[in-house]
Amino acid sequence: MKTDLTDTTASKINKALVLGRRAIGTPAIGMVLTLVIVTDEENAYDALKAASDAAHEHPSRTLVVIRRISRSPRDRTRSRLDAEVRLGADAGTGETIVLRLYGDVVDHAQSVVLPLLLPDAPVVVWWPVNAPLDPARDPLGALAQRRVTDTYACEEPIRELVARADAYAPGDTDLSWTRITPWRSMLAAALDQVDCQVQAVEVEGEEFNPSCELLAMWLADRLDVPVKRSASSGPGLTAVRMDTDCGPVVLDRADGSLANLSIQGQPSRAVALKRRDTAELIAEELRRLDPDDTYASALRYGVDRLNSPAKGESGDRGGAVAAPVGTVAKARAKDAAQEKTPVRKAAAK
Amino acid sequence: MSSSNPLRDPADRRLPRIAGPSGLVIFGVTGDLSRKKLMPAVYDLANRGLLPPGFSLVGFARRDWEHEDFAQVVHDAVKEHSRTPFREEVWQQLIQGMRFVQGTFDDDEAFERLRGTIEELDKAQGTGGNFAFYLSVPPKSFPVVIQQLKKHGLADQSSGSWRRAVIEKPFGHDLKSAEELNAIVHEVFGSDQVFRIDHYLGKETVQNILALRFANTMFEPIWNRSYVDHVQITMAEDIGIGGRAGYYDGIGAARDVIQNHLLQLLALTAMEEPASFDADALAAEKTKVLGAVRLPKDLGRDTVHAQYAAGWQGGEKAVGYLEEEGIDPKSKTDTYAAIKVGIDNRRWAGVPFYLRTGKRLGRRVTEIAVVFQRAPHSPFDTTATEELGSNAIVIRVQPDEGVTVRFGSKVPGTSMEIRDVSMDFAYGESFTESSPEAYERLILDVLLGDANLFPRTEEVELSWKILDPIEVYWDQHGTPAQYPAGTWGPVEADDMLERDGRSWRRP
Repeated sequence: MKTDLTDTTASKINKALVLGRRAIGTPAIGMVLTLVIVTDEENAYDALKAASDAAHEHPSRTLVVIRRISRSPRDRTRSRLDAEVRLGADAGTGETIVLRLYGDVVDHAQSVVLPLLLPDAPVVVWWPVNAPLDPARDPLGALAQRRVTDTYACEEPIRELVARADAYAPGDTDLSWTRITPWRSMLAAALDQVDCQVQAVEVEGEEFNPSCELLAMWLADRLDVPVKRSASSGPGLTAVRMDTDCGPVVLDRADGSLANLSIQGQPSRAVALKRRDTAELIAEELRRLDPDDTYASALRYGVDRLNSPAKGESGDRGGAVAAPVGTVAKARAKDAAQEKTPVRKAAAK
Repeated sequence: MSSSNPLRDPADRRLPRIAGPSGLVIFGVTGDLSRKKLMPAVYDLANRGLLPPGFSLVGFARRDWEHEDFAQVVHDAVKEHSRTPFREEVWQQLIQGMRFVQGTFDDDEAFERLRGTIEELDKAQGTGGNFAFYLSVPPKSFPVVIQQLKKHGLADQSSGSWRRAVIEKPFGHDLKSAEELNAIVHEVFGSDQVFRIDHYLGKETVQNILALRFANTMFEPIWNRSYVDHVQITMAEDIGIGGRAGYYDGIGAARDVIQNHLLQLLALTAMEEPASFDADALAAEKTKVLGAVRLPKDLGRDTVHAQYAAGWQGGEKAVGYLEEEGIDPKSKTDTYAAIKVGIDNRRWAGVPFYLRTGKRLGRRVTEIAVVFQRAPHSPFDTTATEELGSNAIVIRVQPDEGVTVRFGSKVPGTSMEIRDVSMDFAYGESFTESSPEAYERLILDVLLGDANLFPRTEEVELSWKILDPIEVYWDQHGTPAQYPAGTWGPVEADDMLERDGRSWRRP
């Protein structure tokens, strides 16, 4: 069932929730977390759809905070909260409240969200687009145990990654990191099968895809070897080559779904490595709510240290910093105009 | 797996446990279990990215199939029964390692072909000589298959690789036959390489018994004779024996269900806290508690065996057990069994555990009910608490997995009236709608060599020691009672509890 409330308050929304639950006859609630989605009107539909698909695995109360843009000075001074309460079949397995914020209240969204959080249950905030640079200090982010950003969906992913590393607080995580879990697990499985020392790594993938950088940084951090990031036309990540002292180990995925794993001295094997949709990513993200130390450590490795010739040559690291980031930024600026729309799309399709 | 893999980090909890290079050989691959459970489980594991690259699946059966026919059968089975959506690229990964070996169990040539296939897979798929043999075969074929595996060198582990045997219940039909079976299997496979599947132990809810008891503080303090009045463990089925007359007659409900599933549930419910969650520590505690199980003195008084008679089950007419096709009309096989046991230790002395199982009962349900004693003193007068039952914690194993806590609450109104209410935790509500199937978990554990969820030889033998005297008594005394199909068992079972001043829960 669906209840529309115009010009309302959090306590009226709470009342509507109780009434709604009673009306559909399910007073017991088994929801395990509150998911707050902070977005604009444009991305709200897709984000909510992904969240409700993920809710099949994690029944939750989903609060969609939509910040409406005020188009005139008069709008800006009048603040208003509209809400749409969805229960039962309309909300999948949990409850969904879509909150539309107009005017001043846009800057005080936490005052609306706080009374609507489930008692005692963890809170996750997800920004499908336009995440704040310091999520943990954001008033909404401060309410949450877990803050999910998506550097894939922003203008300058590399710069964003650097900012994320600077502002990292335990509980931060990024969907670009979630996207590479299958790659990481397959690479770990590949190294399980050989007893060799990795000497150098190359990560190849499309440009402006921060997942490639994160994977490269994770490998560099764990293996302590130079990692080269090279560009291809995609889709997404296309290959990881690890040079070991007993020959190369290559995981190659040209088409975005079926990869090929070849290890020196072993038959090459097909491996399913499908690019996942946002719902699956969110579901994985909600599975663990404790700080992801591996992410922190990979992120802090630093994008600037990728592509450095070999370890130990930290002397000219400064030079290596400027080169890749600079080129990327330049290329970015060049086709910013036509890239704008696709980059904003969050889904990894 | 090499432990020095720098990409592995215990703190990195996103990375799943992926089995090392390996393959699975299924004997009796044309059977129902294989099509409905094993093949879909293998696919689901692959789809979740938990199988190693190059994982191979070998089918062995009498059918005259080519590899492609086999792949087609697996394809159909997966499409129909798998839990996760069908994805072409996962299928492409799996199909490269699919082989079929045609032959009967006594056919030496077929086993040579099987060996050839395994060697070929090691080369083509990089399975590294690691193979698990899943014996989805009738009990009488166990010895011959095991012997054939030995004879053709299929059970030999070379250094750094493993060969494992997976066997299904029944693990014998009494202590003697179980010991014989164990001797046969262990002659060929080391005891740590034999995995006995009790699919109940792969169920999330069963593993949750341990979490509920040992990860929380609020249950364990009252989990003993000072507060618990009795425990009821029920596994009810609404179906009859179906087409399994040949298997079922002579075995019966107690051997089919109590010996393995219910006694395992009892062990998990009653055992002490294990020192850790590893296989040895768990087995040690389960063995201890199973060893402490004491049978009632008067088996006639505290056990009931019965057969379903004709009746109506859920709106359908059902024939009685003795009228089922292929059943001897004079059969004494039990389709319902209820027993009372005690546990001789400090925690449980004097607390009866009632176990019951049956076919053609009211509905399909498995649950463990821990029923608590009444409050020693009630400040409310008897009319206020007239409708108040005993407090209970019910672990619903299947279906509708979850936990219910039942307690008294005041009925709203001007008078003081207290009535039972229940507080409910449903898995489906709080966790994934699609928890992994038991077989998924168990097959993965076999490939990983993780024996936590598999009963050991000693547990199997102890269970038979508990059940054997009852079976002997039933064999010598009287005939099974009768109960109409679709009810909750014979009146004799109700009388059995009534004599103790208790009653069965209606699950």
